[in-house]
Amino acid sequence: MDLFWQQLINGLSLGALYALIAVGYTVVYGIVQLINFAHGEIFMTGAFGAFATWVVMGSPSSMSWQVAVFGMLPVMILGGIIVSVTMALLMERLAYRPLRDAPRLAPLISAIGISVFLQEFVRLFFGDIPGMPDSKRAIPFPNIEGISGRSVSFGNVNVQISALFTLGALVVCTAFLWFYVNRTKTGRAMVATSQDPDTARLMGINVDRVIMAAFAVGAALAAIAGVAQGMRVGNIDFRMGFLAGLKAFTAAVLGGIGNINGAVVGGLVLGVVESMATTFIPGQFGSPAWKDVWAFVLLILVLVFRPQGLLGAKVVDRA
Amino acid sequence: MNRRIVKLAAVTFVAGALALSGCGSRADNGSTSSSGATKIAKIGVIAPLSGDLSALGLGIKNSVDLAIKQANDSNAIPGWKLEISAMDDQATPDVGKNAATSLSSDDQVVGVVGTLNSSVAQSVTPVLQPVHIVQISPANTNPTLTQGQDAANPARPYDNYFRTCTTDAVQGPTAAAYLLSIGIKNVATIHDKKSYGQGLVEAFTKAFVAGGGKIAIAQTINPDDKDFSAVVTNVKAANPAAVYYGGEYPQAGPLSKQMKAAGLNVPLMGGDGIFDPSYIDLAGSASNGDLATSVGAPVDTLASAKAFVSAYTAAGYKDPMGAYGAQSYDAANAIINALKTSLAKATDAKSARADTVTAMSSVSFDGATGKIAFDKYGDTVTKVITVYKVTAGKWATEKTLS
Repeated sequence: MDLFWQQLINGLSLGALYALIAVGYTVVYGIVQLINFAHGEIFMTGAFGAFATWVVMGSPSSMSWQVAVFGMLPVMILGGIIVSVTMALLMERLAYRPLRDAPRLAPLISAIGISVFLQEFVRLFFGDIPGMPDSKRAIPFPNIEGISGRSVSFGNVNVQISALFTLGALVVCTAFLWFYVNRTKTGRAMVATSQDPDTARLMGINVDRVIMAAFAVGAALAAIAGVAQGMRVGNIDFRMGFLAGLKAFTAAVLGGIGNINGAVVGGLVLGVVESMATTFIPGQFGSPAWKDVWAFVLLILVLVFRPQGLLGAKVVDRA
Repeated sequence: MNRRIVKLAAVTFVAGALALSGCGSRADNGSTSSSGATKIAKIGVIAPLSGDLSALGLGIKNSVDLAIKQANDSNAIPGWKLEISAMDDQATPDVGKNAATSLSSDDQVVGVVGTLNSSVAQSVTPVLQPVHIVQISPANTNPTLTQGQDAANPARPYDNYFRTCTTDAVQGPTAAAYLLSIGIKNVATIHDKKSYGQGLVEAFTKAFVAGGGKIAIAQTINPDDKDFSAVVTNVKAANPAAVYYGGEYPQAGPLSKQMKAAGLNVPLMGGDGIFDPSYIDLAGSASNGDLATSVGAPVDTLASAKAFVSAYTAAGYKDPMGAYGAQSYDAANAIINALKTSLAKATDAKSARADTVTAMSSVSFDGATGKIAFDKYGDTVTKVITVYKVTAGKWATEKTLS
C-alpha cells in the first residue's frame, strides 16, 4: 500500500511538471490554432536561463536554506522567465506572425524548425557565452539548499522537497492564471480572441498584443517548470525539452486542447498513469522502460473514446 | 517584384549553402598531406567527440594524437609521417558505421583506434575487416567482440580486432567478488539495455549469485531518461544493500543523486563507464561512497604511466585524458609498433594494411598501462582491474586486482 502512495506522489509531481508546460501549449492553441512544437525548447531555455542567472550571480554555493529558497531561487526563476519570455516573443514575431494567414501546415513546420534550431543553438553556442560551461553534455544544476536532494518522510512514503515545490508552483500558477483570465482585461481579451478574432478586433482588442501575451504567459510557466525539472533531476541538458514537450502536448490533448483546466488535469493524470503503470502492471511490461508506452496508450484510448479530451476542448471551429 | 527577387535570391543562397555543406566532410583531419619524399600513413580514431560521452572520446583522441606526435618527433618509422584522422561516432552505431566507411575508403588509413562503446564496435568492425584495417579498442569491454557469442566455445569473430583493455567477463566478476568481500550480499541491478551495460550486469549477476549473493531486484532504464523516480521507488521497495549499475555516467550520475534524494542511501557501483570526473559533477555530494571498477592499473602507479601523464599535461590539450587516455595511448603505440614492421617494406599505406594486422599478433612492449601484447583472441594479456571509490568528491583507488 505504501508503494501505491509513493508512486502516487511521484506521479503527481511528474504530472505537475507536465501540467505547467501543457498550459503553454493549450493557451497558444486556443488563440492561434497553432501547436507550438517549440514550446519544449522554451522550457529548456527557461532552465538554461535560470542556470545562467546563477552563474552571473557568481555561482554562489554555500548559504543557509532561507537565503537559498527565498533569495537565490526567486532570482533564478525570474532570470529563467526573462529568457524564456524573450525567446517566445521573438519566436512569435519572427516565425509565426508572418505565417498567420498561410495554410495551417506552414506554421507547424516552422515550429518544428524552430525546435531543432533552438536545440542546436543551445548545444553549440551556450558554451561560447563568457562564463558558461560547455553545453554539449548535461550541465549539473546548482544545489538549492533546502530543496535539492532533501526529502520528508510520512511513514514509509518519501516525498522529495523538489516534488513539493513543483506541486506548489502548479497551485500558485493555476490560481494566477484563473485570476488573469477571468479578472484582468488582457485575460478576458484572450478568451474573446480565442472565440472569434475578427469580432474581437471590432471590439477594439489589439489581437497581436493578445497573442504575444498568450505566448509570454506560456513561456513564464514553462520557465518555472524548467527550474523545477532542474532541481528534481539535478542536471539540465539541451535535449531536455524534446520528450518533456511531447508528453506535455499529450497532456494538453488528453485534458482537452484549448482548455486551461484541461491542461492541468491532463498533466496530472498523465504523470500518475506513468508512475502507476511501472509498479502495478506485472511482468516485463511493467518495467520502468515501458512507462512512455503506457502514457501514449492512454492518449490513444482517450482520443478514441472521447476525442474532445477529458474536460472538453475549447476551440471554436471557424468555418 | 522586389520581394520576389529577394525570396528567389534567399532560396538560391540557402540551397547553395546546403549543397556545399554536404560536400564537406565531418572528419576532423590533421594537417593536409604534403607531397615529397615522406609518405603519409594515417591512424584513424572513431570515438564520441560530441554528445554526452565526449569527455571520454576527446581524451581518446588526444592520447592518440600525443602518441603520433611523439612517433613523428622521434622518427619512429623512417620515410613515413604519421597523421591522425579522427571521426565522431556520437556513441551511435549508425554514425560509427559511416565513420568506419569513410576511413576505410581513405587509402592512407592503415589502422584505427576505437571505439569507446561496445555497441558501436559491433557496427564498425565488420566494415573495417574486409579491407584489413587493424582496429584496437581502448575501451570496449563486451567479451563477444573477441570471443564470439558462445562463451563456452570461444571463437574469434574478427581477425583485425584487438583491445588494450580487459573485458566485462573479468570486470563483472571482479566487482561481484569485491562486494562480497566487503560483506554486501543483497544487491539490486540496473542497466540501460545497451550491449555494454547489459553484458556487464549479466557477468556480474552470474558471478555474484555463484559466490553466494542475492539479487534483490533487476531493473532497466531507457538511456534517454532523465527522471528515474519510478525505478528508484521499485528498487527502494526491494531494500538492497547496494545497487550495481551497468551503463555510463550521463545516466549513472543523476541516478545516484535521485536515489540518495529519495532516501535510498546505499552505494552505487558501476563499471568503467561511470569512472569519470563528470560522474561526480552530475551526482554532486550524493556520489560520496560510490564505487566503480576500471580496466588497467591506476595511472599514478606505473612509471610508464607517469611519463604518459606528464607528456599529456605538457602537450596542453584542452580536454583531460579521461578514463581511457592511457589505454588509447597504448593502442596507438601498438599500431605504431606494428607499422614499424609492415611499413618498412611497403610503398604505400594501403598495401601495408594486411601486414599490419599480421604484425599485431606479435607486438609486445611496455606501455602506460603495463605490458601490451595480445592473445590469440585479440584480448590483452594484462588483465588488471582496479576498484575506485568516490572519497571527498574525487575518485580514489581502493584496490587493484589482477
